[in-house]
Amino acid sequence: MKKIVFIISLAIVAISCGEKKAEKVIKDTAALEGTIKVDGSSTVFPITEAVAEEFRSEQPKVKVTIGVSGTGGGFKKFSRGETNLSNASRPIKDKEKAACAENNINYLELEVAYDGLAVLVNPANDWVDNFTVEELKKIWEPAAQGVIMKWNQIRPEWPNEEIHLFGPGVASGTYDYFTEAVVGKSGSSRGDFTASEDDHVLVQGIAGDKFSLGFFGLAYYAENKDKLTLIGVNNGEEVVKPTLETVSNGTYRPLSRPLFVYVNSTSVKFPEVVEFVNFYIDNAGELSEDVGYIPLPSELYTKQKANFKAFVESNK
Amino acid sequence: MNSIQKNRLKDQLFKIWGIACTLFGLVLLVIFIGDILIDGIGRIDWGFITDLPSRKAEKSGIFTALMGSIWILLLTTAIAFPVGVAAGVYLEEYSKKNRLSAILEINISNLAGVPSIIYGLLGLEVFVRIMGLGASVLAGALTLSLLILPIIIVATREAIKAVPKSIRDASYALGASKWQTIWNQILPASGGGILTGVILALSRAVGETAPLIVVGALAYVPFAPSNPMDEFSVLPIQIFNWISRPQHGFIENAAAAIIILLLITFVMNGIAVYFRNKWQKRLK
Repeated sequence: MKKIVFIISLAIVAISCGEKKAEKVIKDTAALEGTIKVDGSSTVFPITEAVAEEFRSEQPKVKVTIGVSGTGGGFKKFSRGETNLSNASRPIKDKEKAACAENNINYLELEVAYDGLAVLVNPANDWVDNFTVEELKKIWEPAAQGVIMKWNQIRPEWPNEEIHLFGPGVASGTYDYFTEAVVGKSGSSRGDFTASEDDHVLVQGIAGDKFSLGFFGLAYYAENKDKLTLIGVNNGEEVVKPTLETVSNGTYRPLSRPLFVYVNSTSVKFPEVVEFVNFYIDNAGELSEDVGYIPLPSELYTKQKANFKAFVESNK
Repeated sequence: MNSIQKNRLKDQLFKIWGIACTLFGLVLLVIFIGDILIDGIGRIDWGFITDLPSRKAEKSGIFTALMGSIWILLLTTAIAFPVGVAAGVYLEEYSKKNRLSAILEINISNLAGVPSIIYGLLGLEVFVRIMGLGASVLAGALTLSLLILPIIIVATREAIKAVPKSIRDASYALGASKWQTIWNQILPASGGGILTGVILALSRAVGETAPLIVVGALAYVPFAPSNPMDEFSVLPIQIFNWISRPQHGFIENAAAAIIILLLITFVMNGIAVYFRNKWQKRLK
């Protein structure tokens, strides 16, 4: 029994020590301080994490915390006023706008980077040079299940071999985005493909199967260039492969999308939030490339910055 | 072949089958640990333990996640241990065999089978929102305490049941009251079993991810919690976060963090075994 009492008292001592330390931190003031709460999309997370990491050396006393509740989960907290910024891999939905309005939350949408989806085949695949969006739809739409099973059903000159499909799991934002862009309805696709939440599994799958076809985020392709072949997509005018240029100038469509950060009006009353968002816009280009995404053209960042400045002014 | 030989053969076959079944889990565990060690062991150094998370895999460390896990562990122990043991003692020693106690018992067994994410939702509503604790270490620890309470209660009851009746009788015969008997005889005699149960329950808690994500544990926190109301991250969330990153360096980081997490659970299980053996000897 003595041991138990000892353990409990240890815990209490640890807790009370911790509190004293916290008070000390608040006492000595030099630069900006405070807490900035960010939550939302796990796709945008790496960018915000990189920005927060760099911001730490700029303003060491500002604590930036980032959650990964998903775009929807993030907006739920954002609309209750529980967070300062919300990461989002899609624009805010009407329902979420209504929830914000209900709680008197005004917000500003900031584009921070682009994300591209890559369509990939095995390097031994020597027959595919490009896909049209219609062909991708024909392969992936729900009606294709059990029907489109062979390569020569897509183009007659392609081999009479079974096609093996790989894609991210249905819970991921990448899957939602691909189905919306290709099939036309978010979350609607055939069910008979190899799905994995772990994109490394998809890389392995496609790399090990000559008759495979798959898609996932461009960043994963960048890490596995030697194992996979990237296929260009015909956007109706020309065949475009996703690269830094084609994604950021919008010619690689429809498989590229902007990523967003939302900031609310009450938060911009705090100088540390204003400082952080400005720092974010200034550095998003370089840092998003660092973590595998594609920066916006620099004039767009300038525009975001002007928008944000106006937003801060109007909410003073 | 006569029937004796047939039966012997069956006996042998079943023995081989039994060995195969026993080895099945172990072999998988060895493969898993080997795989993780190959990927991650080279990544572990002092910096990995003391560094903050970073976008660069090589510069990234687990400091905040590790400290978060330790805080969660301590607070969960402080909450779940006294409550669980007291509930177990009540159910075993005081409650009368009536309908109420039957309902209680069924529900405690049911609780043990509730998926952990449901506890997360409960924690989010009750601790985070209604009690206003926010996404704090305390809210996380309370949620995990709920999660492991049924395990502790059941372990406590089993341990108390195993105390020889003679000890109890002797205590009463010497004129001890019920409370004196429980505090001075029953609990010390069943301590090994109770502690084993508690530690195993805690090693489950330290590996939980889902309920903590729901409660609002974070993926990036640049500071270790300094009091129970601070926000936090834990090792499993850090691992999950790294596994979903494209750069290969993060996979190594994840493997290295898994090694640390495994070490924590192995050490805890080791302590559990140690207590059990020590207490058993003392009883004899």
